[in-house]
Amino acid sequence: MKKLSILMAGAAAMAVLGTTALAQDITSGRLGAIAERGSIVLGHRESSVPFAYLDENQNPVGYSIDLCMAVVAAVEETLGKDLEVQFVPVTPQTRIALMANGTIDLECGSTTNNLTRQEQVEYLPVTFITGTKILTRKDSGIASVDDLDGKTIALAQGTTNERAIKAAVEERGLDVRILPVKDHAEGMLTLETDRVDAYSTDHILLHGLIQKSRTPDDFAVVGDFLSYDPYALMIPRNESDFELVGKRALAALFRSGEIGEIYERWFGPMGVEQSDLLQASFQLNALPE
Amino acid sequence: MDYNWNWGVLFEEPYLGWLVMGVQWTFAVAIAAWALALVVGILVGVGRTLPSRPIALVCTAYVELFRNVPLLLQMFLWYFVMPELVPDDMGRWIKRDMPNPEYVTAVIALGLYTASRVAEQVRAGIESVGTGLTNAAYANGFSVAQTYRYVLLPISFRLIVPPMTSEFLTIFKNSSLALTIGLLELTAQSQQIAEYTFNGFEAYTAATVIYVCIALVATLVMQVAERYTRIPGYMGSK
Repeated sequence: MKKLSILMAGAAAMAVLGTTALAQDITSGRLGAIAERGSIVLGHRESSVPFAYLDENQNPVGYSIDLCMAVVAAVEETLGKDLEVQFVPVTPQTRIALMANGTIDLECGSTTNNLTRQEQVEYLPVTFITGTKILTRKDSGIASVDDLDGKTIALAQGTTNERAIKAAVEERGLDVRILPVKDHAEGMLTLETDRVDAYSTDHILLHGLIQKSRTPDDFAVVGDFLSYDPYALMIPRNESDFELVGKRALAALFRSGEIGEIYERWFGPMGVEQSDLLQASFQLNALPE
Repeated sequence: MDYNWNWGVLFEEPYLGWLVMGVQWTFAVAIAAWALALVVGILVGVGRTLPSRPIALVCTAYVELFRNVPLLLQMFLWYFVMPELVPDDMGRWIKRDMPNPEYVTAVIALGLYTASRVAEQVRAGIESVGTGLTNAAYANGFSVAQTYRYVLLPISFRLIVPPMTSEFLTIFKNSSLALTIGLLELTAQSQQIAEYTFNGFEAYTAATVIYVCIALVATLVMQVAERYTRIPGYMGSK
């Protein structure tokens, strides 16, 4: 018994020494800055259901927020100190700039990981897979992108979907009028007031918009995927130590199957199952320690 | 800060073309709205000073309404709410068949909002001419119309050129709010460049420089106008 407690004490001491040794190694870079501040700044979206949005008490909640909190816990463990979590709202237009200029440490939203963006920011492993689809009224006669000929579609400025639709329209040589809108809420409003025939963004967000609309039965998500949009948590560029902590935290969730519970909590109510592709992606990123 | 600067992006196609397009839309909205604001603003401003109480009341109500509701909200109301309030066929026409609905809506919203500010300048100008000259005109047998035509307006219009300069500058800056209803003016285009290239700092810097240049040119034009419209013996004239 005594031996055991000595061993335990020794192990504990080793663990403490280990983390302090680690903490000294990473005083440079973002982890060091976070340690010095005693706080970590999370950028979050305000209307990306169910990834990151404001609940009735105006607190940010969602699937991406839960995953971010797992990363925050891992950062605290690595630094061996409790951190204050600060939330900063971001939009599609501001998120890259706020990450690049060091305002936020981690972005929790519905951000597509693409290579052009990686010239300015970095990403953790994929947490959701979606793609561009079209939202329209059931009686509009639109079943695919080809049916948009001679019609009007609203597109949110600054999204990957805007480019995907424009490319698809150009490729097929269609005559489509495009109305640029500010965000998803406004896009849905233009569709509901019959100003446009369709709105387009990631299919999962379209289902969220239908769910929130006053007349969900009037709308349908149609057509094939027009783009491949892997979502991931965004982090600063050239921060390998910080990135590794994030990867570790997510790999642990993927390995233990805890990701399934978190997923179910947010997507269960929407009736959206994990796609085979997403399950495969989770398995691929469940790296061993 | 870890950022890859790339100023060259501003001079590549299509991005340079987008900026030029944006400047054109900014001018198109600002100039058209300014014309509307001058016509409505002068009428309302003069109306507020007329001896007729009902007309003065209506004009005062107009100014208070348009001056006190945020412009962003007014854009939104004109664009989203107004078509729902008119008869169905007309609303449908506004939403679907009207040419350039975003442009027309932006011009109306910005023009009527700025008109309320112009009206206040006009009223202040007329009131600053003073009761002495007005009463002298009436004493000489001028009608109300003649008093305005030959005494009040010629003096007050020349007095308010300097404050109108800042309204003229403001209309250019306020035109950027048209991006909220989907008009791709200068600010919206720089946002779009930021989205396509992720060189946001360069894109917004370009927009900033262009707005400053527009403001400087407008100021120069107005300075020339001020020199020609000064009234000898009044403040600020040599």
